[in-house]
Amino acid sequence: MSLDYTNDREFHEQVIEDVLASYPEKMRKRRSKHLNVVSEGDSDCGVKSNIKSMPGVMTVRGCAYAGSKGVVWGPVKDLVHISHGPVGCGQYSWSQRRNYYVGETGVDTFGTMQVTSDFQERDIVFGGDKKLRQLIDEIETLFPLAKGITVQSECPVGLIGDDIEAVAREKGKELGKPVVPVRCEGFRGVSQSLGHHIANDTIRDWIFDREKPSDRAEGSPGFEPGPYDVVVIGDYNIGGDCWASRKLLEEVGLRVIAQWTGDTSLAELERAPKAKLNLIHCYRSMNYISRHMEEKYGTPWFEFNFFGPSRIEQSLRAIAEHFDDTIKANVEKAIAKYRPLADEIIAKYRPRLEGKKVMLYVGGLRPRHMVGAYEDLGMEVVGAGYEFAHKDDYQRTMSHVKDGTLIFDDVTAYEMEKLIERIRPDLVGSGIKEKYPIQKMGVPFRQVHSWDYSGPYHAYDGFAVFARDMDMAINNPVWSKFKAPWAVA
Amino acid sequence: MPQSTEAIKDHVGLFREPEYKEMLRDKRANFECPHPPETVEAISAWTKSDDYREKNFDRKALVINPAKACQPLGAVFCSSGFEGTLSFVHGSQGCVAYYRSHLSRHFKEPTSAVSSSMTEDAAVFGGLNNMIEGLANAFALYEPKMIAVSTTCMAEVIGDDLHAFIGTAKEKGSVPADFNVPFAHTPAFQGSHVNGYDNMLLGILRNFWESDERTPGAAINIIPGFDGYCVGNNRELARLLDVMDVAHTILCDPSDVFDTPSDGTFRMYDGGTTIDETKAALNAKATLSLQEFCTKKTLAYAKEKGHEVASLHYPIGVEATDELLMAISRIAGKPIPDSLLRERGRLVDALTDSMSIAHGKTFAVFGDPDFVYGMCRFLMEMGAEPRHALATNGTKPWAKQMKAMLESSPYGKDCEVWPACDLWHMRSLLNTAPVDFLIGSSYGKYLERDTGTPLIRLTFPIFDRHHHHRFPTWGYQGGLHVLVRILDTILDRLDADTNEAGVTDISFDLTR
Repeated sequence: MSLDYTNDREFHEQVIEDVLASYPEKMRKRRSKHLNVVSEGDSDCGVKSNIKSMPGVMTVRGCAYAGSKGVVWGPVKDLVHISHGPVGCGQYSWSQRRNYYVGETGVDTFGTMQVTSDFQERDIVFGGDKKLRQLIDEIETLFPLAKGITVQSECPVGLIGDDIEAVAREKGKELGKPVVPVRCEGFRGVSQSLGHHIANDTIRDWIFDREKPSDRAEGSPGFEPGPYDVVVIGDYNIGGDCWASRKLLEEVGLRVIAQWTGDTSLAELERAPKAKLNLIHCYRSMNYISRHMEEKYGTPWFEFNFFGPSRIEQSLRAIAEHFDDTIKANVEKAIAKYRPLADEIIAKYRPRLEGKKVMLYVGGLRPRHMVGAYEDLGMEVVGAGYEFAHKDDYQRTMSHVKDGTLIFDDVTAYEMEKLIERIRPDLVGSGIKEKYPIQKMGVPFRQVHSWDYSGPYHAYDGFAVFARDMDMAINNPVWSKFKAPWAVA
Repeated sequence: MPQSTEAIKDHVGLFREPEYKEMLRDKRANFECPHPPETVEAISAWTKSDDYREKNFDRKALVINPAKACQPLGAVFCSSGFEGTLSFVHGSQGCVAYYRSHLSRHFKEPTSAVSSSMTEDAAVFGGLNNMIEGLANAFALYEPKMIAVSTTCMAEVIGDDLHAFIGTAKEKGSVPADFNVPFAHTPAFQGSHVNGYDNMLLGILRNFWESDERTPGAAINIIPGFDGYCVGNNRELARLLDVMDVAHTILCDPSDVFDTPSDGTFRMYDGGTTIDETKAALNAKATLSLQEFCTKKTLAYAKEKGHEVASLHYPIGVEATDELLMAISRIAGKPIPDSLLRERGRLVDALTDSMSIAHGKTFAVFGDPDFVYGMCRFLMEMGAEPRHALATNGTKPWAKQMKAMLESSPYGKDCEVWPACDLWHMRSLLNTAPVDFLIGSSYGKYLERDTGTPLIRLTFPIFDRHHHHRFPTWGYQGGLHVLVRILDTILDRLDADTNEAGVTDISFDLTR
């Protein structure tokens, strides 16, 4: 079903040249390495990545704390996550990522809470370790059902040299629960990406290597491994994404023994190494732990893509290859069952969306994984870029984008605006910081970090919502109202 | 199959379908190792008890769901209120991404700010190079008329000296020597966003006033303070001053930049107090702050410069607006015109018409110190009774002033003031000493759910409702808006309480 088209290479090359021309010499040189037009057959997108942003430009990148607390650890629902440091980081990331979960907040789950040590000047001067010990005790008093605690370090913690690892070891032993110190200070690395890596490493060191996992505790239902056990990794359950995927995987006969980290629990984190296969959705944020599980436990991993029917079918069949004929048959059954729904959705929306051009600028996986879903609806992706990708992401992108596609890495707000002015796409998919400037320019927009408060977008149930939302964004009557009738030239 | 082409279900309906409910039950039972339901229920009940409240208030180190943000957010907000001003935050870059998202989620508008993007090397060697390069880039790329520099906690911990750094950057030609680069140190581990506002405003005024000689004039400076309703409020403020024919300068006016039109052009800068106005504001007769706890340093500076200074607490309601107009009238020597007297009469008329609705209803209020003060005062004017007044960034002096104000009316005598408390404290308060309604920001929605107390969103931030900030809450007109918001919530609740056919609908009245 993949759409057959190419993008206008010459035009895109010219656009890049023009955008760069307005930069001072030094900036032009540096930024020119991050913009490119891809050619079919290349091994990667030909852009430099994972390099420091330039000071003084409007990058949309976040920090290591955002990668650890905001992405990886934050959604683990039955642990309390301390934003350790001043009040701001925890406040701004409080409830902003729509990691849906089930549980009673403040009693047995803690997902939509902002728990912070609210550093004051004296904590900077005297260190925050003593306070950390004290507040861990207070958490234990007020939230006795918490299965554990993570300490998400903000900038000052690393700068003043606090020994949060010592506190964590001491308190973890005392409480008989995991207390995980995460060195995700915001100044580390060049973006949120390092935070993902650091968070993954702490799962490895402080969860997998614990002596006594919680499912061996008294009264636990226990766990018998099965032949079809899989783990969904790197799905943060934005608007319920992971649930839509889980339902489909269960339908084909697989047993999802854990989902990470949207709507996840400590027990699921602990059991993951027992799976037969790790299904990784956001490769960027979770490839580290998947590689570790492969090395240490021999668990293979597979990068799957549940955006849009073409990729869903492809992924389901590839997943089935890891299993037996039963699963293969089930997969064909599921594909046959859902094909009519997918076809109907496409029949309904494709005529309204055919030929519309899309630009994507997001984080981990979406600039490549979503391409197929747009193409299923007859839309063409003219440009794609990542906030915090590495070289391997740009390699992986090549099999998703067409010849002549514009690629932009860590694009500045200035470049983004100029690119959009020239290309005038019919839809831009990016984040909250980009949404309003772009809409003011009269260009339809969808937030593709948060699904603009909609979702799920994953799997077949999600594709229906995705198609509906793209139609509503592009075909809303408001776009025709930008020019007053008396002011139209 | 829960999904169909005719009626596509998103998250609101999809996960209520039986397939999903079963899936989630199965996940919980088999994979999450949950606590037994009776344990969860028991702990849940206990969290609502007096015993829990005692333990909750016994906290010394832990902060849960605070109603405050950090200083640099206030600095970014303040900078946005000046003409062509680019906010430059010196420190690690993730912070700026957060300020931009936070403000954009509230205003549903673009927020522009840059960072000096300091990383590990800068943590070791200091951020001077980031400042030199950053100012040059920002100046070249975004063509600002002024760059306002503030700091994150990282830059503060390593002790970067903004004054020296900016000087060096100018020497190195990052920006012209005479280009305006006001600055403020805004450590996130002191105070909150309201202090960041104060520090940045002080920095900007110092930049323009320090070397100038004051020639006293007749105009008044008005400082609105950190106010999420700035779009509606600042415009209302300007209207009132125009009606009174008072020459004035609103010092820090972000009403336009957070309310640009959609016509095909993105305006990165719009409106704001102009640089000329800011300079000339030194010659003002007086400086009037509308939020005392948000402007302490700035007001002291204005006083030092020879201005008569006065401050109010977020002028919501009749009395507070009376005070505002009288203060302006007194300072400017201009009478309050009849048209405003009529506006006042209309607000009083509305209160008369509706007095039975709010009278005796009890309220909990949380937010920034001045907002809580102004809001409680207006509630008392309605005959409503504030019972809990909480400000995470409220200080002891604030609490003292609050108590004096509350004791001035029988409607406030049962109100307790909670400085330096958070919304988890509020949860215990609402569970053990319930009130009829809660007033605060969007963060109150968790309290609404946990305690059943209906929430009225009247302060920053409002993420989950749209366009509130476009309507004023200040002045008599603003008072009407606030009144209607409160009345609507009370009446909605009354309808919800009386709508069960054949049981409670005796009182499901058409006319109320």
